[in-house]
Amino acid sequence: MVKVFGNKATRFGFGEGLVELGKKDNKIFVLGADTVSSVAINGFQKEFPDRFANVGIAEVNLLGVAAGLAVAGFTPFVSTYGVFASGRPWEQIRTTICYSNLNVKIGGSHSGLMVGPDGATHQALEEISIMRCLPHMTVLVPCDLVETKKATMAAAYHNGPVYIRYGRENVPIITEENTPFEIGKAVKMKEGNDVCIMACGSMVYESLMAAEILEKEGIKARVLNIHTIKPIDKQAIIEAAKDCGAIVTAEEHQIFGGFGSAVAEVVVANSPVPMEFVGVNDTFGESGKPADLIVKYGLKDINIVEAVKKVLKRK
Amino acid sequence: MEIADLKIISASVRKDVLKMLQKAGSGHPGGSLSAVELLVDLYNNHMNFNKDNCQDKNRDYFVLSKGHVCPVLYAVLAQIGCIPKEELDTLRKIGGRLQGHPAMDKHIPGIEISTGSLGYGLSIGVGIAKGMKALKQDNRVYVLMGDGEQQEGSVWEAVMCAPHFKLDNLCAIVDCNGLQIDGKVEDILNINPIADKYRSFGWNVIEIDGHNLKEVDEAYSKAKQCKGKPTAIIAKTVKGKGVSFMENVADWHGKAPNAEQLEQALKEIDESLK
Repeated sequence: MVKVFGNKATRFGFGEGLVELGKKDNKIFVLGADTVSSVAINGFQKEFPDRFANVGIAEVNLLGVAAGLAVAGFTPFVSTYGVFASGRPWEQIRTTICYSNLNVKIGGSHSGLMVGPDGATHQALEEISIMRCLPHMTVLVPCDLVETKKATMAAAYHNGPVYIRYGRENVPIITEENTPFEIGKAVKMKEGNDVCIMACGSMVYESLMAAEILEKEGIKARVLNIHTIKPIDKQAIIEAAKDCGAIVTAEEHQIFGGFGSAVAEVVVANSPVPMEFVGVNDTFGESGKPADLIVKYGLKDINIVEAVKKVLKRK
Repeated sequence: MEIADLKIISASVRKDVLKMLQKAGSGHPGGSLSAVELLVDLYNNHMNFNKDNCQDKNRDYFVLSKGHVCPVLYAVLAQIGCIPKEELDTLRKIGGRLQGHPAMDKHIPGIEISTGSLGYGLSIGVGIAKGMKALKQDNRVYVLMGDGEQQEGSVWEAVMCAPHFKLDNLCAIVDCNGLQIDGKVEDILNINPIADKYRSFGWNVIEIDGHNLKEVDEAYSKAKQCKGKPTAIIAKTVKGKGVSFMENVADWHGKAPNAEQLEQALKEIDESLK
């Protein structure tokens, strides 16, 4: 059985992390853009009103003000829905923040299909692609509430811009306080040498579930939680390619240019093995219950199982 | 510093700008020349910024939102000793610090942040000013924008934000030279009445002739005295100011003078001081 320690949305991990950071570091400044309580930064707002500002529905200004705060010596965190945190102000992030290598931390909440009924406009499915192509940018996609809190706190002391992708919907908590977390270092969630399933975010849980199903069929799958998409853990990926000889990636994100692509860049250049990609396949989402959407768009454990069987035939 | 001295410095900065651009073979003379007095007076008479305190936390900040006119900023930074004068010859050359648009990663004193994509500087200024307020420091923050730049929507997000945060430590300067790449600002996309727009958003607005050093100097002084809201200095200027064949000609937005044109331009600037 996959060990589950609770069920809570990752956005609250971001919020909790900020409050803890705020207590010990008066350089932490948080900016919101009218979505303050829904992205769970209202706790920081309440405790540290002098180091909080709401800029209204103006995301380009949000990132510009954050850049200015970084120039002034603060470590600014901004947060709003992922589409508006990454897409709308993309050029501001590129030219003002990344080019200047500013210490701005971007919290992209409400990621993935699991935003649910709000539909495609609000389902951020492209942030990994459009953030990881930026020089100096670090991209984190934690798998649960506990890991999101750790990622948030680690981001504060990781030099340069960081994008943290997390979600609105409750997801199983599958890591513990003492599970190691280091930016750039993948976490081996399950041992196995027949195939390696590499996942990020909400898909780590689905991958563990898939590995259980496979185990019953005699296939031992290694599961890697690759919470840092950039800089990616090349060593863990190359090792898995050599040990397992086949890889399936899983992400709640567009396949094109996303997490799987980042893994493939390492695999083909170092130790080419067959790969399959589980993710959103070049389409927009739609309104619906999160659980139904995940099934409809092929992001369940069984989809990962199918991908494993396909990749094993090519091994 | 006296107005007469500033006038001599302005002429020298104009000449440096033109020499740099001629050596570089490309760049933006028009908007550089329109902003000369605005920057010369700011750096010499108002900003708490010099080669010795350029890293201090008490320094005043300047953001060049219209980053393409960096030749005038480099020339002024050279004049106050932050850049070696001979380095001006390296503008736009590979491996150099003086990029075609200001680059923070080249570690030039006075380049606080990379700029060059229009419409971003005022937000950055808002952030720095907000940060200074949070630190309870009284540093001032200056942002220079162009008039064509006012067409960018992001400018107005920041214009709305600064008075809301009561950032009286922020001073925006709009260099209204009336021209942009494709022609007259009023023909391409009219921004006027620009002063009324800033006023209606809650700014303290000062309208001046941006080449009249006395008016420029008084405007910066008045801006410092204004409490509770940011100041916008709307400066009427002439694109290409000081060089007869460049003045009010949109084509000189982004074109470097050749050796012959440079010689004539330098002669005109020298004569203007007589």
